[in-house]
Amino acid sequence: MTIDWILRIALWVVLAPLLPGIINKVKAWVAGRKGPPVLQLYYDLNRLRKKSVVLSDIASPAFVVAPAVAWVAVASAAFLLPLGPADAGVSFRGDVLLMVYLLALARFCTAWAAMETGSAFEGMGAAREVSYAVLGEAAMFAAMLSLCVQTGSISLVDMLEPTSAVGTALLAAGLFIVLLAENCRVPFNDPNTHLELTMVHEVMVLDHSGPPLAAILHGASMKLLLFAVLLTTAVLPMDRFSPAGAVGALAAGILLVTVGVGLTESFLARISFRNVPLLLTMAFLLCLFSLLVAWKGCASALGSAGVPPASSGRQDACAPGDPLPSSARAWRGGAA
Amino acid sequence: MEGRRGVIAMLNLLVGVAMGLNLLALGCSRLPSLIRTVATQGMVLGLMPLLLEIHRLDWRITLVAVATVAGKGLVIPGLLRRAMRAANIEREVQPFIGLMPSVLLGAGGTILAVALAGALPLLPEHAELLLVPGALASVLTGFILLIGRSKAISQVCGYLVLENGIYLFGLLLIKATPLLVEAGVLLDLTVGIFVLGIIIDRIQRAFDSLDTRKLTSLHE
Amino acid sequence: MTALLLIIIPLAGAFLAALWPDNKSRPWFLPAVGSLHAALCFRLLLAPPRVSPEAWVGFDPLAAAVLPAVSLLFAVCGFYAVPYLQMREERPNRVFVGSLLAVLGLLSAGHQARHLGILWIATEAVTLAAVPLLHFNNTPRAFEATWKYLLVGGTGIALSLLGSFCLGYSSLHGGGEGDLTFVSLMAQGAGLSRPWVLASWVLLLVGYGTKMGLSPMHTWKPDAYGEASGIVGAILAGGVTSVAFTAILRIRSVINAAGESHMADRTLLAIGLFSMVVAALFLLGTRDYKRMLAYSSIEHMGILSLGAALGPLGTWAALFHVWSNSLTKGAIFLSAGNIRRASGSPSLDDVRGMSHVVPRSSAIFVAGLFATTTCPPFAPFFSELKILGAALQTEHGAAAAGFLACLLFAFFGLSRVVFAVVDGRPHPRAKSAGHAFRESFGFIAPPLLLLAISLWLGLFPPKILHSTWSAAVAQLFPG
Repeated sequence: MTIDWILRIALWVVLAPLLPGIINKVKAWVAGRKGPPVLQLYYDLNRLRKKSVVLSDIASPAFVVAPAVAWVAVASAAFLLPLGPADAGVSFRGDVLLMVYLLALARFCTAWAAMETGSAFEGMGAAREVSYAVLGEAAMFAAMLSLCVQTGSISLVDMLEPTSAVGTALLAAGLFIVLLAENCRVPFNDPNTHLELTMVHEVMVLDHSGPPLAAILHGASMKLLLFAVLLTTAVLPMDRFSPAGAVGALAAGILLVTVGVGLTESFLARISFRNVPLLLTMAFLLCLFSLLVAWKGCASALGSAGVPPASSGRQDACAPGDPLPSSARAWRGGAA
Repeated sequence: MEGRRGVIAMLNLLVGVAMGLNLLALGCSRLPSLIRTVATQGMVLGLMPLLLEIHRLDWRITLVAVATVAGKGLVIPGLLRRAMRAANIEREVQPFIGLMPSVLLGAGGTILAVALAGALPLLPEHAELLLVPGALASVLTGFILLIGRSKAISQVCGYLVLENGIYLFGLLLIKATPLLVEAGVLLDLTVGIFVLGIIIDRIQRAFDSLDTRKLTSLHE
Repeated sequence: MTALLLIIIPLAGAFLAALWPDNKSRPWFLPAVGSLHAALCFRLLLAPPRVSPEAWVGFDPLAAAVLPAVSLLFAVCGFYAVPYLQMREERPNRVFVGSLLAVLGLLSAGHQARHLGILWIATEAVTLAAVPLLHFNNTPRAFEATWKYLLVGGTGIALSLLGSFCLGYSSLHGGGEGDLTFVSLMAQGAGLSRPWVLASWVLLLVGYGTKMGLSPMHTWKPDAYGEASGIVGAILAGGVTSVAFTAILRIRSVINAAGESHMADRTLLAIGLFSMVVAALFLLGTRDYKRMLAYSSIEHMGILSLGAALGPLGTWAALFHVWSNSLTKGAIFLSAGNIRRASGSPSLDDVRGMSHVVPRSSAIFVAGLFATTTCPPFAPFFSELKILGAALQTEHGAAAAGFLACLLFAFFGLSRVVFAVVDGRPHPRAKSAGHAFRESFGFIAPPLLLLAISLWLGLFPPKILHSTWSAAVAQLFPG
């Protein structure tokens, strides 16, 4: 048990900084450049670890504490996510909500730390980050709801494992847009620029330095890995593979998503600020459609043949009049 | 039985993709991407008759599929692109109904379509297919594009989405009725767009723009 | 076989006309083919052929009750077209003559279609074939009208296809074998799936109603009629609309058989009265005498829809009204075309005193006004009287009152425009333009002939027509 936990944490912590490296490599490859080494972020983090911290006079201790809390929150969220054959570190009913809220907590902490310096720039960045998040979170919840309805469970382990093909494409498209928005990638934000008018995430962390900045950068890469894992496991039917096959599929999926992000950044331009809500709303609606499709498919599949008589209660629960039966039941159970 | 289930899942997946493309079409702010979206939707639809009749494939079904992919996916978008280049118009769609409201309207329409489709009884072999909600959603999306866009080409795209929805519905009948109806659709669609293309050409010469907002000299 | 000839002859004529090299003699195709078609049509009317129940196309009683009127109108318009097109030598008429003949052939197919799919294909083809007719004048305004016609008409036609699919699926759901002839659909009757029948009725009514020009789907009509030449307007108002009306009647008979006649009647009544109200309101406001004709056409489509809503009696009267409306509208459209040529403008702002410039056309225009606004002894008076009688007999008192009120307001609107055109002192510019236009025999005789037929239908209606209309009603309301 303990060894499993330690291994899991080590895996997340060690592998996460690889992803931005791969993305940058893909971008460089498309542009015909050599680009920074894949392990660049590791070097950066190591360098930052050794540096001292510059503190503003007016900043409270929260300026240092908040990045730490954010890092812990993201790591805990990652802990809840099942990794193929190895189930989640901790799993209980409703852990999906905890995951979403841990991510929100991490965002709150970065935004708080950004405002501690009293600079207008950081405040602006924080405002942008939070306003994207409002719409992104709606899409995220719609996606999770859709998975709930498809599987009749509100525990991440069950939700992510068996998925039907119905609406999967919509869900994948929606979640991919959410991934781009949550991690401040193109077309929402160009992570390479340092112009105050175009930055979102980068502008928030301008005044951080030393180990807190390392925590923030590492946390961001871990968040990217988390979304890549979420997207992969939500789309692929993990329980159909053998354990080794599942590990391979998961790794391939993560790699595919990462390369996809890199290609998106290479071929798309950043969209103008006023179009961001449109794109995020579209992501929300895509997830909502997959919810609709899932609900409809669930109703008709159970309404026709192939339902064992023992689960007739399930059949009622999935009737078209009641969109969220199983999860609602689970809710009630949780409250009691 | 297992194979049939897989086919149904695949078909529903394609309908889902078509529904997503509806949304994308409503959110497109530029004409080339709108045309590309509509062309993709046409190709997705073209594959569906093959899947639907995968066990009893004959030359008629194959012909319908090939003709649909060629017509909706290649020829018509090609004509539209040519018209766009020939007219040398701005590439922005300039909507009457803003992008965000039209996307939201489209989503509302889709939900309405799913609800409406629930009220219509289906034959057992069609019960698990999402063709009816997909068809109704596309028809509603087509209407929003027709009403909410000012450029002639985007209105034609709206008409195409509308036609796509009707085609989706027609798939339910592809087994029972002779191919006559489907052939009529394809023929008339192509001819219709062809005529539309000519008209666009003429309008362009007359107005030097493809903005139907300038077509306002006839009114009370 | 003869029934198929009605379709083949005009299409072959269209093909030949498209190949014909000479611009000056090509218009003669129109009266030649038109007369041949009319002769054939009336022969079939007098000696009805046997139509086998499973035939997809056939000269059945309903086709016999409507198609001869269209054929007659076309033949007369064909004679008018010869001097018209010769006067407009500057415009090549290859496409125009070809399209007009193709429209005639496709109209015949549409009227005779006994299969849901054939009916739709014919209507769609008519819509497309009429496009070149609308932009014959080659002006920006004509293009604008064509664009609107195509967009609105195309949408309507798309919806009617969706409705046809719904009706087909309702038959399939009810255990049908996919046979979409009206006969077999009616035979299936109550076996049709009810929700699908309701959906199909709504879609088909909207779809074919767009083609017919019922309000609120009428928006293409004023533009198209306002910009097309008089002869095209006459064919559209008298022929194309009647094929859509026949389609609605055929579909209504299936809905009746499915046991939903009450709902069908109510929707037809509502949409008919609404069209009449809208038309009457616009007639009071319009300042363009060609658009006025479009609104008048919308009003008469409303009357047809109202008649169809009133059971067998009303349907009989509506079939009568198809004849009286087609022929009377033809006369008024052709004379308005003459006035348009002589005055050079369709607007009341530039046109007045035309009785001095083109006295004969003006006289026909005024007579046509009275005929179309239900003044005895022209045919529309008698057909509308029958509709009123049917309304009172089926206890639709309120509908009858609304009908009369709309007729009154339409009369105010129409007479306001017509007398503004005819009376007063001519515009100086119109005088010079008027010299270019000579009221020759070829321009006056066709509208006069149509008016005479309208008078004859009103005063001495032939027995054969009455029995044909009764047979058509028996076909639509079996048992």
